[in-house]
Amino acid sequence: MLKINNLTKKFNERTIIDNLSFEVENSEILTIVGPSGAGKTTLLRCISGLESFDSGEFYLDGKKFNPYEDTGSESVIGVVFQDYQLFPNLTVLDNVTLAPQMVLKQSATEAKQSALKRLSRLQLDGKENLYPYQLSGGQKQRVAIARALAMQPKILCYDEPTSALDPELRGEVSRIIKGLKQDGMTQIVVTHDMDFANDVADKQLHVVPVK
Amino acid sequence: MKQLRTGVEPRLLVLLNYLLIQEDFFIIGGMNMLSLHYISQILPSLLVGTTMTLKIFCWTLIGALPLGMIFGLGLVSNIKLVKYFLNFYVWLMRGTPLLLQLIFVFYGLPIVGIVFQRYDAALFAFILNYSAYFAEIFRGGLQSVDRGQYEAAKVLRLSYWQTIRKIVIPQVAKIVLPSIGNEVINLVKDSSLVYVIGIGDLLRAGNVASARDVTLIPLLLVGVIYLLLTAVCTYVLRRVEKHYAYWR
Repeated sequence: MLKINNLTKKFNERTIIDNLSFEVENSEILTIVGPSGAGKTTLLRCISGLESFDSGEFYLDGKKFNPYEDTGSESVIGVVFQDYQLFPNLTVLDNVTLAPQMVLKQSATEAKQSALKRLSRLQLDGKENLYPYQLSGGQKQRVAIARALAMQPKILCYDEPTSALDPELRGEVSRIIKGLKQDGMTQIVVTHDMDFANDVADKQLHVVPVK
Repeated sequence: MKQLRTGVEPRLLVLLNYLLIQEDFFIIGGMNMLSLHYISQILPSLLVGTTMTLKIFCWTLIGALPLGMIFGLGLVSNIKLVKYFLNFYVWLMRGTPLLLQLIFVFYGLPIVGIVFQRYDAALFAFILNYSAYFAEIFRGGLQSVDRGQYEAAKVLRLSYWQTIRKIVIPQVAKIVLPSIGNEVINLVKDSSLVYVIGIGDLLRAGNVASARDVTLIPLLLVGVIYLLLTAVCTYVLRRVEKHYAYWR
């Protein structure tokens, strides 16, 4: 379970997140919705440790942690970026196996085997030797998911997962997210797409811009 | 007398003319044979000069490329002191003539007690100068890598150096290759500046032969050798660019 208490984030003097508290149960899907400028992405960046915060406490399964400062190899939170940010100089397989090998010290064969399994479950069989530029948007997103999962995160975050995709692919994304829930993954989805949010959410967090 | 003179003169002129034509023919015809022979005579000394040029070229690249990469990383780092220092260094090296730097290192520094051998002085000045240019090129390349790539690496828990080595450098290499290539070609020609501190490079070898034998041939040959060197560089650079074309 992820629990956040009294999170506040300011950019200079402008308050973006004001004293926000919420919690996500294990293998639950939380969607964070709200108008642009409400700080959805900033919240996600705070949770995933990409952004410092001014005050607040984070607890994971009752244990306090600081996502911004705790950057050890014990990976707790994975991120699927809006623009995926695959590494263009690496093949699909290397994108997925790089971090497990370098950070988790998995052997090359071990990392490759679990990567191929993951890619296959995400319908990316036969794509492992392609480079990101050779993939469609949906495929890139699935590689990004596989890459994040390879680090065995406790929580997986998505930033606007449907914004760069064709409408027909929305259903595909929600199927994947629900499938991961079955595997027990806790997921946080930032989106402004209400239909999509309502489709996947177990719990919804509405954020509004701070006045 | 007057009659005799006018009588002889036309005939003498005809003879002289004839001889001149013959002589001309001999000179032009013989020249080909002669110059081939001449080229084979001066070529060894030109090749010795070429070896020196290549030595300066290679060592400068071996020294300046890694140094430039490290300086480039420093230029985009968050450490203010490093940044200021490197900016000053780049400004100094790019803002003054390489010729001045060579003269300064070889003729100037001994005045304050720092003595370099000719060859060491040349390498010292060249590596420092080219590192500055490379640093600026790498800085540009580093800044054109998407910030999101660093963030993606960060959430995957890759360390700074793992990110630099596996993600950033391969991408930067592809971006900077054409600009680096430009500098590499420049370096082939810039190496002739060592002439001023008395190093026997290709240009010097040609100039010595040309002054000694009062002929253009050595200088023409020097030009041809430089063209060959830059042609080889261009070819190699194309191949390297092609090697990096497997991803976009």
